[in-house]
Amino acid sequence: MANISRTAPTTTLGDLRPGQSCIIVAIGGQGAIKRRLVDMGLTPGCRVFLRKTAPLGDPLEIHLRGYELSLRRADAKNIIVKKV
Amino acid sequence: MKIALTGNPNSGKTTLFNLYTGSNQYVGNWAGVTVEKKEGAFSYNGQTITLVDLPGIYSLSPYSMEEIITRNVLINERPDVLIDVVDGSNIERNLYLAVQLMELSVPMVLAVNMMDELEARGDKLDCGKLSRLLGVPVVPITARKAQNTELLLDTAVELARTSSYNPRRPVGQIQYDNTTSRVIREIYALLWEQPKLRGLPLWFYASKLLEGDQQAIQALQPDKKMLNKIEALVKSYEATSFYGDRETMLADARYKAITDIVAKSMVKRGGENSLTLSDKIDLVVTNRVLALPIFLLMMFLTFAATFGPVGDFLSEGIEHLLKNVLGGWVTARLDAAQAPGWTYGLLVDAVIGGVGGVLTFLPQIMILFTCLSLLEDSGYMARAAFIMDKLLHKIGLTGKSFIPMLMGFGCTTPAVMAARTMENERDRRLTIMITPFMSCGARLPIYALFAGTFFASHQGLVVFSMYLIGMVVAILSGLILKNTLFRGKVAPFVMELPPYRLPSLDALGRHVWEKCKGFLIKAGTLIFSMSVVIWLLQNFSWSLQLVEDNAQSIFASIGKAVAPVFAPLGFGNWQAAVSILAGLVAKETVVTSMMVLYGAASQAELAAILPTVFTNLSAFSFMVFCLLYMPCMSAFVSIRREMNSLKWALGTALFSTAVAYIVSLLLYQIGKIFLL
Repeated sequence: MANISRTAPTTTLGDLRPGQSCIIVAIGGQGAIKRRLVDMGLTPGCRVFLRKTAPLGDPLEIHLRGYELSLRRADAKNIIVKKV
Repeated sequence: MKIALTGNPNSGKTTLFNLYTGSNQYVGNWAGVTVEKKEGAFSYNGQTITLVDLPGIYSLSPYSMEEIITRNVLINERPDVLIDVVDGSNIERNLYLAVQLMELSVPMVLAVNMMDELEARGDKLDCGKLSRLLGVPVVPITARKAQNTELLLDTAVELARTSSYNPRRPVGQIQYDNTTSRVIREIYALLWEQPKLRGLPLWFYASKLLEGDQQAIQALQPDKKMLNKIEALVKSYEATSFYGDRETMLADARYKAITDIVAKSMVKRGGENSLTLSDKIDLVVTNRVLALPIFLLMMFLTFAATFGPVGDFLSEGIEHLLKNVLGGWVTARLDAAQAPGWTYGLLVDAVIGGVGGVLTFLPQIMILFTCLSLLEDSGYMARAAFIMDKLLHKIGLTGKSFIPMLMGFGCTTPAVMAARTMENERDRRLTIMITPFMSCGARLPIYALFAGTFFASHQGLVVFSMYLIGMVVAILSGLILKNTLFRGKVAPFVMELPPYRLPSLDALGRHVWEKCKGFLIKAGTLIFSMSVVIWLLQNFSWSLQLVEDNAQSIFASIGKAVAPVFAPLGFGNWQAAVSILAGLVAKETVVTSMMVLYGAASQAELAAILPTVFTNLSAFSFMVFCLLYMPCMSAFVSIRREMNSLKWALGTALFSTAVAYIVSLLLYQIGKIFLL
């Protein structure tokens, strides 16, 4: 797992372009949605590849831990990441 | 002996369940919710094994119905042994559930499924090592090819014989980082001090309390003092990390432990970004340009297969068989026995006609569910939801609601059943409530008659407007329900896109049969009795005399009583009211009962009579009412079945009737102002 410095420039998963990869820094938000995201393996340090967006622009398709996951851009904006 | 099957969705649990239980399964719902419950019994080496297939889940969080049910079953019904099925080709995320299950202290076997896919990819898994690291028996299987499934069962039975539930220890040994391990141990120790809690799976509850799980707090009812102590422990735990949040920290600790175990027991060959066959298919299917055309084509094919020539042909075949062949035979027997006239009405018209009318849906249900199973099992359904989500999200639905709503244009009964493909209970209920507004095929004869009679020059436009009004009402209802009845219950749209797989014929056949069986049982019981009751109402007077003229019947007098209610909508005559009541049997009956009530021998004659009773405006208002009011009884029965609640089904019926009344009222009253 990559070591993330607290001061590294960060962005959110929702602001990434298809084809970019990133490492998760923190998960914001709360309640059911946040819990679901961490349960699905979106935890700090995890490497995520943004594969594509749906034809209408939302939701996103990401690749992590060897599988494909779909989530809405609004929720992806709560995930702080560092580009790699 | 009781064995429970758990695992992630798409892990192959159901394949395994079917393999073990064969045809001996019971499929229903968990009490009070729309989540499917499957149980089966079989004999193995002389002992009877009850197998429970728990819902496919990713975690044991308190946020979804499926997860709560799994928790409750494992804690309250405590099976002797648990088989956790994990998808070997996606092992990290699958093990996340496994390590939570291990805390429940129920003996557990880990079945690593889809070993063939794993090997085909060139990955190697050392199951012996995985077993030593986790501390639970691990059996590699390929459920689809029935490989090693006997061994899995042997292992589970043997485990149940040699070990049992012991709340003092979690199953196996998972090493989290020191801070996490320590805080869980400390919370456990606090709980153990309470004699009344001993016996419960306290390791599980300790980690749930660390997460701040409200369900766990409710189950344990810890006193204020203990709760404060736990919160203090959690505070100091949160202070050790800069994420500073208990849920993320524990999930992180779990995934770290899992990543470590997987790294030690698995050798991955494929590069991270190399494309599998599934990825390549996906490049086409969810391609920016091609996705929507492909989606529409898939929907068109499903719709055309279900409601097109093949389905129609089979439906008519069944209708012919029942009405002419069976009906003819019964008539002949009654002739021979010189039975009284009313027996013909009861047996031939009510029973064979009523139940038969519903049975004609059977071929369409079969075809629809064959298509839906193919879409679901191949992995396309998840893509359909992915593609359509943005559009449907706006009215509080998800991508998967599209299919039931589209099917609603054919027939509400199978459409409602199609809502089962949605994972989330709220989405399922909301979709079921608005699907009846999609104008089904049985309402077409009403439009044809009225549009042809009153709007001959704009017939097509008027009929089209009915479909449009239905859709607009569905969308508005979705918006209203989303912000009222279903407010604040929004389920996160975080959906796995499973790899494309070839559907198995066995699973397909089983799924279709399950649906048809459920439908047949209902048709045989509820619809049978409803048909008889309605026949009685139509043919008897209040003094329980058989009536010659339907106008004297109980039904007609109810119609007369409620007729004034419809006066503000423009059709306060009792014949219209009775026809609307008759439409509850099946909406096409509205036209046939109007013919009887107005004494018309043919549709042409009826078309000549109608303008004397309806104006153009009241005719339009009547059409809109017929479009929107509560669905027919077979649709009602399937709503009741899918909602698993009479209350919800009645609520849906009441809701649509209220909507129908309001929309027709507004149309008629506002229309009157403009037309005068």
